[in-house]
Amino acid sequence: MAAITTGGAGPERANALASGAGHTGGLTADPSAPPGVDLSPGAALESGFRPAPRRRMTWRVRLRRDKTLLLMTLPAIVLVIIFNYLPMFGVITSFEFYDPLVGVLHSQFIGLDNFRQLFGDPLFWKAVVNTLEISAVQLILYFPIPIVLALLLNTVVSNKVRAFVSAVVYLPHFFSWVLVVSIFLQMLGGAGLLNTFLIHHHITPWNVMTDPSTFKLLVTSQAVWKEAGWGLIVFLAALAAIDPTLYEAAAADGAGRWRRMWHITLPGMKGVIILMLVLRLGNALTVGFEQMLIQRDAVGHESADVLDTFAFYYGIGTNNYGYGAAAGLFKSVISLVLIYGANRLAHAFGEDGLYRK
Amino acid sequence: MTELGFEGALAPRGLATAPPRRRAKGRPVWEEPPTKAGQFGKGTVIAVVLAVVIVPLYCVVLTSLSTQGAINRAGGLVLVPHGLTFDAYRQVFENSTVTRALEVTFGITIVGTAISMVVSVLCAYGLSRHRSFAHRTILMTLIVTMFVSGGLIPTFIVVSELGGYDQYWALILPSSVSVFNILVLRSFFAGTAIDLIDAARLDGAGEWRILWSVVLPTSRAVTAVITLFYAVGYWNTFFGAMLYMPADQQKWPIQYVLYQYVNLGMTMPGVANSGYGGIHQQSSPLSLSMAVVVLTVLPIVIVYPFVQKHFAKGMLTGAIKG
Repeated sequence: MAAITTGGAGPERANALASGAGHTGGLTADPSAPPGVDLSPGAALESGFRPAPRRRMTWRVRLRRDKTLLLMTLPAIVLVIIFNYLPMFGVITSFEFYDPLVGVLHSQFIGLDNFRQLFGDPLFWKAVVNTLEISAVQLILYFPIPIVLALLLNTVVSNKVRAFVSAVVYLPHFFSWVLVVSIFLQMLGGAGLLNTFLIHHHITPWNVMTDPSTFKLLVTSQAVWKEAGWGLIVFLAALAAIDPTLYEAAAADGAGRWRRMWHITLPGMKGVIILMLVLRLGNALTVGFEQMLIQRDAVGHESADVLDTFAFYYGIGTNNYGYGAAAGLFKSVISLVLIYGANRLAHAFGEDGLYRK
Repeated sequence: MTELGFEGALAPRGLATAPPRRRAKGRPVWEEPPTKAGQFGKGTVIAVVLAVVIVPLYCVVLTSLSTQGAINRAGGLVLVPHGLTFDAYRQVFENSTVTRALEVTFGITIVGTAISMVVSVLCAYGLSRHRSFAHRTILMTLIVTMFVSGGLIPTFIVVSELGGYDQYWALILPSSVSVFNILVLRSFFAGTAIDLIDAARLDGAGEWRILWSVVLPTSRAVTAVITLFYAVGYWNTFFGAMLYMPADQQKWPIQYVLYQYVNLGMTMPGVANSGYGGIHQQSSPLSLSMAVVVLTVLPIVIVYPFVQKHFAKGMLTGAIKG
């Protein structure tokens, strides 16, 4: 990438200049002469023969040159400001007793009352604990699966088999949570395939979908079913990027299959593995919001409430918006700290993580 | 969620767009031949993994096509075909709630994807030209939103105060810009065809013309993938409906209807009392709800193979190498 940009910088910049001149030329000079034609030899000369010296352009010139580009980014910026930045200022509702009738700006300011109430709420702490527990279970049970699967699939010689398996496993990534839970309900629920089988063989039926004691394993297996394919694609791509001549050289030096995996494959994947780990840690407080929401009624709020669903049910569900916003703000702040911490960890491992040092 | 951060990691340093290395056909000569046990173990694992994904889908499809007799015989989901019928689908399509929801969802998906693609492609191109004015500032403004968010309730309040309650746009606009997708598009636009762009510029083409006739045609694969991402997102709209239109059945998207029928066990209108004296064999609610499940998956499964081939090839390989 670096090579491309530095190599491309000279000519592209020169041409941008040329096109800028073309615009003004078209406006001032006689319009009968097509601006592109008379400019092209000069521009070609410039881009071809003038290597380094860069004229500094004033910001006015650059603004005029790039006004079309800026115009193009405008719709996205407007949308992001309205739906991403406005809500950031909307967090002031967590210091208010928000009344929808009078709006954010005129609601009663109550200082830290929402937070005081929140930190004394056992349901809130239950939600925090549930969130962390589910995250931990997912980290241990779910995280390694795509890696192992990618390593295994990478040893399959046939391109067709590899492509087919990853395509099939990736498919559920595009299903909605409603759909995934529906399918699990039909497989493991009270009237599902598993229990039909158990009853048929006179074994005590076990409704997995409503059993709070195994709920964390259930949501993890759902996450694996839905998202393992995505991880698989990412790790397979990382494996494909490893230089095959390394393997050949190692094999020539007498390294067997397992030593090659240990000394070439795993170091080659290290960057991506750590990146994914950083993301997982940074998102530790985000565990499938819709997934929990859908299954909350079936297993009860005791085991299914996580931070997001807590904010939803005790904020919007009870019209106590400020309270829910306070829970949301708590989550956002801790998440930022986690992302920062996870990055420090990645840097300690000598990797880039989310951003560079 | 993961996707956002994942791309965020790669975006600031830019993504390389080198074509993925093609693997040589067959086993390289230096590699030791596989052991019998290893082959067997590998085959078993792969077969199990495939079965875990495919068998549930197969059961759902088969049950939606089964007669009540077959479902009774199996005592639930059908594993072995026995007595097939399209009755469930006939009934589902007579059910105005489901057909209405399909209409609504197709509408949201088409309009939403169009808006998202136009906005994202324009923004990505606008930011992709080297050293353009303020592009770094704009990029940072966008990237910040991937890590910092106001949270669920402030977003809800903003949309409500803008009058989004019970409005379709509340399902589309708040999620119409995915910074992740913009960054992926941008990195491709920045990497592709600098020579072509220069040539076009010398011929007097403006930015719009360059985007439309040079950049877009050379990045079909990535635009196809991003279109699919957006479209799937809109097709799977669920929570937005729960937030903004919980009361108005006429505006429910299909995912929300599916949630009502399958997860909450709401009976479908028309099923409860249609058992009296019908000539046709009565379809069970199970085959009906499975038919709704199939209808929800179908569009994704139909489109998927056409776009799937681009995934590994273009975007993710490029992203990883960046």
